[in-house]
Amino acid sequence: MSPQPGAVAIERLTASEAFRRALEIATQNAEDVDRRARFPSEALDALRSAGALGWCVPQKYGGAGARVDELADATFELSRQCAATGMIFAMHQIQVACLVRHAAHSVWFENYLRRVVREQRLIASATSEVGVGGDVRRSIAALESVTDSSSDLIRFEKKASTISYGAHAEDLLTTVRRSPKADPGDQVMVLTHLSETEVKQTSQWDTLGMRGTCSPGFVVGATCPPDQVLPVPFATIAAETMVPFSHILWAHVWLGLSNEAFSRAQNFVRAQARQNPGTTPPTALRLSELSVRMAQFRALVQSATNEYLSLADGPGRSGLSTIGYAVRINNLKIAASEAAVETCQGALRICGFLGYGNAGPYSVGRHLRDAHSAALMIANDRLQATNAALLLVHREGR
Amino acid sequence: MKERIQKIVRENAGLGAHFEEIDSSTDLYRAGMTSYASVVLMIALENEFGVEFPDAMLNRSVFESIDAIAEALESLQQVEQ
Repeated sequence: MSPQPGAVAIERLTASEAFRRALEIATQNAEDVDRRARFPSEALDALRSAGALGWCVPQKYGGAGARVDELADATFELSRQCAATGMIFAMHQIQVACLVRHAAHSVWFENYLRRVVREQRLIASATSEVGVGGDVRRSIAALESVTDSSSDLIRFEKKASTISYGAHAEDLLTTVRRSPKADPGDQVMVLTHLSETEVKQTSQWDTLGMRGTCSPGFVVGATCPPDQVLPVPFATIAAETMVPFSHILWAHVWLGLSNEAFSRAQNFVRAQARQNPGTTPPTALRLSELSVRMAQFRALVQSATNEYLSLADGPGRSGLSTIGYAVRINNLKIAASEAAVETCQGALRICGFLGYGNAGPYSVGRHLRDAHSAALMIANDRLQATNAALLLVHREGR
Repeated sequence: MKERIQKIVRENAGLGAHFEEIDSSTDLYRAGMTSYASVVLMIALENEFGVEFPDAMLNRSVFESIDAIAEALESLQQVEQ
């Protein structure tokens, strides 16, 4: 690891030599990570060496102060090589963004953000819970004060149905009810160090795709000072940061893996064309159709990223809490997750059995399997049901 | 106006017995109003007062409390007059 992992030139983070190295390492390990459903530790070490885990932290705390579009670029590049690595990178940045945008004025979190940069700490999140039917905006677990303690400590225990890279992170950001009496929707977020958290793995992670994210279920329990609770209600954090950041960065994961599948299909068509110079192979037409779909996919993701950038930090920030924005950001997630499967499937049709394999230059098996996770991460049906209700009052027509 | 709003909140915000504990400044979301219930409430308010909330007003803070709803409705009715 380089001596000053946080000290990164701000211009073009993804152009840095250290990030290029991380991309190479992600590429080299992608197949093995997928086959063995193991954590991409080599790529994460390389990202730490590039200081990438602190990119979202403001410069005044030693980070790079990266904006969502810069983080999205990095997510895209990583996901072309290894979507699991890209997703882990994305999820970490989402957690950091929640802290930066909603807790940076608290002394405890200021110091914590400095530590994220200095120690390149990886943050996982426990927002899912057994028993709430997949609704992250409701919690069963609650903060309680510790009665047998002279200092004022709080504790919680939560049965999380999935925690991505939960066994490989340094810290955990968990949603819980504000107090044992609070309603299910009255949630806050609490950051705890996994070294001080009781963690019991409750299920296995042996899945169709996204195997390297290592996302089994856990029961987590922690005791900490109340300073480690984010000062803003989770409802605000979700609307202004967690939901838009998640959907934008996830969409870049899916765009990245689809882009790679498209490139492989393109290479396949070119190889066919070289075998019969002077004739256009029949697959070329399919590739042309697929490039139309890719263009739509890119435009969708870019316009959502630009809209968020235009609102996120300026006077438009309150616009993020409108029903119209909620509808649009949910639409991004639904449309991008569907586009990912369609484009990978299109690439598979072109590459045929060489694409169906799990190895080789024309293989798109991993990409297609990874893409199928997209519709399930915050189930599209749940988002459709939410939008169905919101559209009863939203009338802007966008 | 506040009494009419109160009645609509009682019937539509899905607060159940919690409704008896709130006053006009209570945060309805913290009192247990879900985002789905807030949509139902918005529609009921539009019907009752014969207004349409523009998209910019369809955000959490506008429907946060009975006071906030009254303020929003007043500003809408002023525009119409």
